[in-house]
Amino acid sequence: MSDLTNLTLKSALAGLKAREFSAREITQAHIDAIVKARGLNAYVLETPEKALAMADASDAKLAKGEGGALEGAPLGIKDLFCTEGVRTTACSNILDEFTPTYESTVTSQLWRDGAVMLGKLNLDEFAMGSSNETSRFGPVTNPWRAKGSNAALTPGGSSGGSAAAAAANLCLGATATDTGGSIRQPAAFTGTVGIKPTYGRCSRWGIVAFASSLDQAGPIARTVEDSAILLKSMSGYDPKDSTSLNVSVPDFAAACGRSLKGVRIGVPKEYRADGMPDEIEKLWAQGVEWLREAGAEIKEVSLPHTKYALPCYYIVAPAEASSNLARYDGMRFGKRAAGDDLISIYEKTRGQGFGEEVKRRILIGTYVLSAGYYDAYYLRAQRVRARIAEDFKNVFNEVDALLTPATPSAAFALGEKSGDPVQMYLNDIFTVTANLAGVPGLALPAGLDAQGLPLGLQILGRPLDEETVFSVASAIEKAAGFTAKPDAWWG
Amino acid sequence: MTALDVRKAAPNQLVSGATGDWEIIIGLEVHAQVTSKSKLFSGASAEYGAEPNAHVSLVDAGMPGMLPVINEFCVEQAVRTGLGLKAQINEFSRFDRKNYFYPDLPSGYQISQFQHPIVGEGEIEVERPDGSTFICRIERIHLEQDAGKSIHDMDPDSTFVDLNRSGVALMEIVSRPDIRSPEEAAAYLKKLRNLVRYLGTCDGNMDEGSLRADVNVSVRRPGEPFGTRCEIKNVNSMRYVQMAAEYEARRQIGILEDGGKIKQETRLFDVKAGVTRSMRSKEDAHDYRYFPDPDLLPLVLDPALIERVRASLPELPDAKRHRFQETYGLSAYDAGVLSAERESADFFEAAAKGQDAKLAANWVTQDLFGALNKAGLELAQSPVSAPQIGGLVALISDGTISGRIAKDVFEKMFSTGDDPAVIVEREGLRQVTDVSAIESAVDAVMTANPDKVAEVKEKPKLFGFFVGQVMKATGGKANPQAVNDILKAKLGVS
Repeated sequence: MSDLTNLTLKSALAGLKAREFSAREITQAHIDAIVKARGLNAYVLETPEKALAMADASDAKLAKGEGGALEGAPLGIKDLFCTEGVRTTACSNILDEFTPTYESTVTSQLWRDGAVMLGKLNLDEFAMGSSNETSRFGPVTNPWRAKGSNAALTPGGSSGGSAAAAAANLCLGATATDTGGSIRQPAAFTGTVGIKPTYGRCSRWGIVAFASSLDQAGPIARTVEDSAILLKSMSGYDPKDSTSLNVSVPDFAAACGRSLKGVRIGVPKEYRADGMPDEIEKLWAQGVEWLREAGAEIKEVSLPHTKYALPCYYIVAPAEASSNLARYDGMRFGKRAAGDDLISIYEKTRGQGFGEEVKRRILIGTYVLSAGYYDAYYLRAQRVRARIAEDFKNVFNEVDALLTPATPSAAFALGEKSGDPVQMYLNDIFTVTANLAGVPGLALPAGLDAQGLPLGLQILGRPLDEETVFSVASAIEKAAGFTAKPDAWWG
Repeated sequence: MTALDVRKAAPNQLVSGATGDWEIIIGLEVHAQVTSKSKLFSGASAEYGAEPNAHVSLVDAGMPGMLPVINEFCVEQAVRTGLGLKAQINEFSRFDRKNYFYPDLPSGYQISQFQHPIVGEGEIEVERPDGSTFICRIERIHLEQDAGKSIHDMDPDSTFVDLNRSGVALMEIVSRPDIRSPEEAAAYLKKLRNLVRYLGTCDGNMDEGSLRADVNVSVRRPGEPFGTRCEIKNVNSMRYVQMAAEYEARRQIGILEDGGKIKQETRLFDVKAGVTRSMRSKEDAHDYRYFPDPDLLPLVLDPALIERVRASLPELPDAKRHRFQETYGLSAYDAGVLSAERESADFFEAAAKGQDAKLAANWVTQDLFGALNKAGLELAQSPVSAPQIGGLVALISDGTISGRIAKDVFEKMFSTGDDPAVIVEREGLRQVTDVSAIESAVDAVMTANPDKVAEVKEKPKLFGFFVGQVMKATGGKANPQAVNDILKAKLGVS
């Protein structure tokens, strides 16, 4: 791997500012790496010309000693964010060659701060999935492989492209979104750091909506501090999003490395899943020890409604999605199938344009909202959700953050679980609680399993207290000393 | 539990069928477009009449990633309307999504309010054409988005869609089923329209689609429970509301008298044929899968806002009507006509200031409104101003001109826009009240017509001839009362 692609975001920014290399050079290095790594299928659209033009603009600023917080930094953008003049597909056939005339708030803030766009990253269609196997562009292959095996593994999902690109040095960092774990689970599967901030911290305007009350944008990067730097640029109140919180954005990076003396860490007993691999149990316990050594107080806590979180999520999310995806009807943009009348155009367009998993979730969502079932499913699930949120509210009276496993396993093989939706859904068991409660959650690599695959831990924090989450994460990062990189088999 | 059935139809409102009398039960759901510069959840213009698809924001077009943001002015307008209907303003209300597929509904759902509307129960006093009134209760008002327009007749193979209207704010005003005749239904709509125009919350232009009514009709034997109702959707004039309700009631009575059952369904009023037609039955009815819109926060109203709106309310039509009767001594009818529109009421009061109010009322409602109608002008375009009417009334009251002359003066005012006093002086129209002058004229006429003078006692109709002659001799300016008195005296008739 080229030196310039092997930098952290933080050191690259310093190098750019110090003019050790130009934005054009580092961008070109990434463009070349992306071409070599096409076998991973992380990028669904490469934008080298645009990237170089943006890099040149950054160089002009840097030459004058000016520039924003991300000046000249090449990033990858999950293809769920609408990018002006650049095709945006949500990795679905139904969006066809849709090219937005508008830029999402989050990405416009990245460009405002001087970042460079390398291209659009692969994801599960409409962000529905935990393995990036439902994309119209085909699956993403995890840069990591099990020891002694050539089997293609999943990078996780839905932000599989973002995680794979960050892990394989195909960008300094990537944007992603998380509705039930779609940042944290792929981060854990690829040995990268991903954070889903507090609900309302980042604007949802211009992000293709999956489940409105659960979706949040967040970064995936190679270090805790890198993800903190990215999150700062991505965050902020947006009056165009009624669910956006009108609060100031702290300097998240400054929280990295903060002392943990007096910080109380909760270990929720309900996160011990049946049949959880020993390795994950051990790593979790190891994580607890690291934090204790760093000066934190450890406490066992209880989040009693945890076991209802997954079924609750798989009612609420599809319900909202069934409504959010109604606009994909072939009438105004995207693909339209020919038909004899209106109904047949709708049926053919959506039948052909949506993949199996998307259709499955739309049907589930339609069902749980339908007359006669609304009370038993949707309404009840929202009540359970309130209980889950209440569990967190109560627990944060006793502790300042929680440490849990991120996933119930390491990365699995492509094709291994795609035949069984419920098996696939179980991937989210540790992550959905944070979306339901709206609390911030971060996943970071803490060790390798016996097959040499990364395993992650998850930190959950109080609403709007990403700073404590970052400080706990950086303590684990320091103690874990995770420096393993995937062997570059892809070119 | 609110009583549904609170009014009994009057005997003359019952329809007599072959097997006995039937009572008509009507409730209206009126969709009123909110007067506002921009739409309910987007900043695009809500103005009517633009080129197709000129007023469409990304949000209105349901583009990927778009989100709604509430227009606070539209919320105020709904509060204003609720207060005008003496209704409960709900400090907590919530937006729900009503999901269905249609090309003029870009996002595939309409943002509406289902469970928790912004306004609760209220009432409105409605005047019937004969001047009597009844109270119709309001069940609720909620805010919702309007859909775009589908145009089916531009092309045989295609439907064209104009999204200008997509997202415009609507207030859905739902009445209780308190209306008991088609005439009452039209009167209700008329009154509601007047009220929202008064409040400035809706312009009530039914030909532009600013106000549309869904008419719910059922029939029953007096005293029995309510029957099955049918809903006639999107009726866009008061006349059609009355016609549609009339037809539908008779249609249902016909079915029931034949021993049939009413199928609960949605119908459309076919204006050309004058009949209602089935649109869809309950079996095909949409399941809208209402759920709270997760892109919006609940609407929580500051009580201070409600009070601010309350303080800003204009005097409402009913209060104005009562005041016109009490303060100005107008008849219920005249008070009703003048208070129907804010502009007429304000015009009248300006004209009546310091003048004989009843006289001013007559000149406004009969002469001015008549002339405006004939010329096809609105009151706002009147060539005669309110103070000018007042001036005319003053000249009559102080005897400067007679009522008859005043009609001529008014015509000239209308065509020139000049002040009445100016016209009277310029054309020498001052009334002749000088008794001796009239006496001379009378004497002259009598002298010229000795035979009629002799006949008039037997033929009283000839009196009119003398009046005419005297008026002619005085150029029409003689005070008619004085002419009558003097002639009677001199001719020796009573």
